[in-house]
Amino acid sequence: MLNIGNLNEVKNKTVRTNSYKIDLKNFQTIFILLGMIVLLSILTPAFLQVRNLMNVVRQVSLTAIIGMGVTMCIITTGIDLSSGSVVALVGVVAASFASDQYPLIVSIIIGLAVGALAGFINGSISALGGIPPFIATLGMMLAARGVALILSDGKPVTNISSSFEFIGGGYILRVPVPIYIMLLCAVISHILLKHTRYGKYVYAIGGNQQAAIVSGINVKKYLIMVYTFAGIMSAVSGIVLASRLSAGQPTAGVNYEMDAIASSVIGGTSLAGGIGTIPGTIIGALIIGVLNNGLVLLNVSPYVQQVLKGVIIVVAVLIDKRKKR
Amino acid sequence: MLEMIKISKEFPGVRALNNVDFRVRKGTIHALMGENGAGKSTLMKILIGLYKADSGEIKFNGELVKFQSIQDALNAGISMIHQELSPVPYMTVAENIFLGREPRHKNSFWVNDREMERKTVELLKQLEISIDPREKMLNLSTAYMQMVEIAKAISYDSKLIIMDEPTSAITEKEVEHLFRIIKWLKSKGVAIIYISHKMDEIFKIADEITVLRDGELVDTVLSSQTSREKLIEMMVGRELKHLFPKEEAQIGDVILEIKNFSRGKKFKNVNIKVRKGEILGVAGLMGAGRTEVMESLFGIVPPDTGEVYINGKKVNIRSPQDAVKHKIGFLTEDRKFSGLYLPLSVKDNMSIVNINNYIKTGLINHKALEDDCNKLVEMLNIKTPGLDQIVNNLSGGNQQKVLIARWLLINADILILDEPTRGIDVGAKAEIHRLMSNLAKQGKAIIMISSELPEILGMSDRIVVMHEGRLTGELSRAEASQENIMKYATGMVS
Repeated sequence: MLNIGNLNEVKNKTVRTNSYKIDLKNFQTIFILLGMIVLLSILTPAFLQVRNLMNVVRQVSLTAIIGMGVTMCIITTGIDLSSGSVVALVGVVAASFASDQYPLIVSIIIGLAVGALAGFINGSISALGGIPPFIATLGMMLAARGVALILSDGKPVTNISSSFEFIGGGYILRVPVPIYIMLLCAVISHILLKHTRYGKYVYAIGGNQQAAIVSGINVKKYLIMVYTFAGIMSAVSGIVLASRLSAGQPTAGVNYEMDAIASSVIGGTSLAGGIGTIPGTIIGALIIGVLNNGLVLLNVSPYVQQVLKGVIIVVAVLIDKRKKR
Repeated sequence: MLEMIKISKEFPGVRALNNVDFRVRKGTIHALMGENGAGKSTLMKILIGLYKADSGEIKFNGELVKFQSIQDALNAGISMIHQELSPVPYMTVAENIFLGREPRHKNSFWVNDREMERKTVELLKQLEISIDPREKMLNLSTAYMQMVEIAKAISYDSKLIIMDEPTSAITEKEVEHLFRIIKWLKSKGVAIIYISHKMDEIFKIADEITVLRDGELVDTVLSSQTSREKLIEMMVGRELKHLFPKEEAQIGDVILEIKNFSRGKKFKNVNIKVRKGEILGVAGLMGAGRTEVMESLFGIVPPDTGEVYINGKKVNIRSPQDAVKHKIGFLTEDRKFSGLYLPLSVKDNMSIVNINNYIKTGLINHKALEDDCNKLVEMLNIKTPGLDQIVNNLSGGNQQKVLIARWLLINADILILDEPTRGIDVGAKAEIHRLMSNLAKQGKAIIMISSELPEILGMSDRIVVMHEGRLTGELSRAEASQENIMKYATGMVS
């Protein structure tokens, strides 16, 4: 592979790296999560009940899935604000094809395609048009919501087959299906980021876009791919949500993008680019989910929950910055 | 008027100034000359309060002064026109000139726009600069921006004005205009320190000339009592220390040829040939267009006209991807800006360009990649705790080695190294020189852009010199000397 000419015998010092292991040392947030779980278990017995934990993880799965796509955007120093609206749009579209008339696979494929298209538009506008991703996805956030309302005429799209309902409401081996979907997405996303050329390029573009250009990376192409993937992730979440609600709600998904971004950032993704992981994002989503759940169980007002959510994001990032010094 | 006595300044690893004496008399135009890195900027930055000298003192108008900030210098009557123009683009000319000291309505919070405009008009009129004070800076040409910058420095009513390469961005007509302004200032008793590489201008306008070299004062002479040749001798004449003797390499056929390369105002009609096993030094002053030529060769900014031939065959390079396909590597001038992925690991920095070679059925073969990276770490003697070390934490020299490793990983046949030893300590410099020598021995063609004459002379088999976008000279290793390179670089011989 490497033909370095007539140089002296090089001793192969195998400095093995952590490419195949998930480097737990970096995930100090996992301790925050564990700490919270311990604390809540003490404060309220209802927390540790299997049913409750399943609920939490199932709820978290929606945010986590979106978070995986957003994490890739943020790694490239971009962002995706349109996730929540795409969730609604895809929900409406998928629900429209989810009746007994069509095979289940049709609604899923169409739903994913719509998400991919939205993401593709986001990526193209920002990479080719030179418009900051913040603005491009902001526009999509507004427009996609509008399209969802138009297509559904402002009303929820019902008439859902039971096979479609299984996606969001079913159980396999006593575990809710959305959790399996989240794990599947997590594995795929993680492999993409850490074990493919695509992933390396994503980190490179975020690490130093100019250097990426000089390295011969087609920056525009990969940025479009990143946003398209984010759109697909939003679509997955949209399908799962529509399934759970048994309807395509044009008003669904509001603020989902905020939770997704928060999960990603708490999980260690840096807004400056070049840094971020899938496991981290999932932990971030769990922290928010556990926090929400715990506060509900403790009968804390939802308004206070909101405040605490905001505080936790800032605190988590502060701790991360301190650690990096 | 100004006395800088025995000024010394050290930065980690580098002695920027060593006991420099610098005196400027009232009402004179005093030129400050020297190569890149001679210490001119550092000396001036100490004068205006940006840096603090490690030792020595400064007397202004007979009094001992210690400037803690630029504001102190301004208040004392010293202002500076910087080489790098940094106006506020969305503000008007008037606002830029009076930035930070806007005239206010009697003692109130509000800025007196009318008064500001009036003063600007008066100032511009005095200097015979015809610009509308309400024009936004970004709408001005670079030349006019420079004129505004000049007006701004003068508006401080300073007794001493430092001009750092004031004519780098303006045309001849404006240069004449500038000289008229300078002469007028001189008649008012203002002293001017004029930093420039342009011999013609210096002889036209300067009364006295001070030459610095390697952080030391060479001499201060009257312009009437010296000549271009003597100045060049003063600027470069030194023992060539820290030279790594380059080993003989077998120089083969021409592997790369650039014909008729031109790009707008950046460079015109550049023709270069490089052979296998050869180190071609590209010399010239800053702004000569060397980096721009290489950027075009590498496809970052394709040239307007010109052809590239590799091994005799014409090739089309419109993007860095194309260049990499043709086994060309480019170590950029500013590694932090366009070379390193600072938040990423050593491994990633080395391997990203060549990632395709390590992919099996869509997935990365980490073991093979790491093995090769480890080999390179060993070979180049890169000091790092491991392949996972974040590159930002390495020293400059090691960072540079990581980048060189990157291009070795693609088995590049042609390596463009732009200022390969800039900003690294002497030890690492020698290692990189040794590495270059080895690579040449292996038959690689190396194009080395450097602003350090000893490096050019020590490492190159052949040298081409550029001046203001054109190739002004070509010398073999035997023919070359610091003097004649400088001659070509300052445009004295075309």
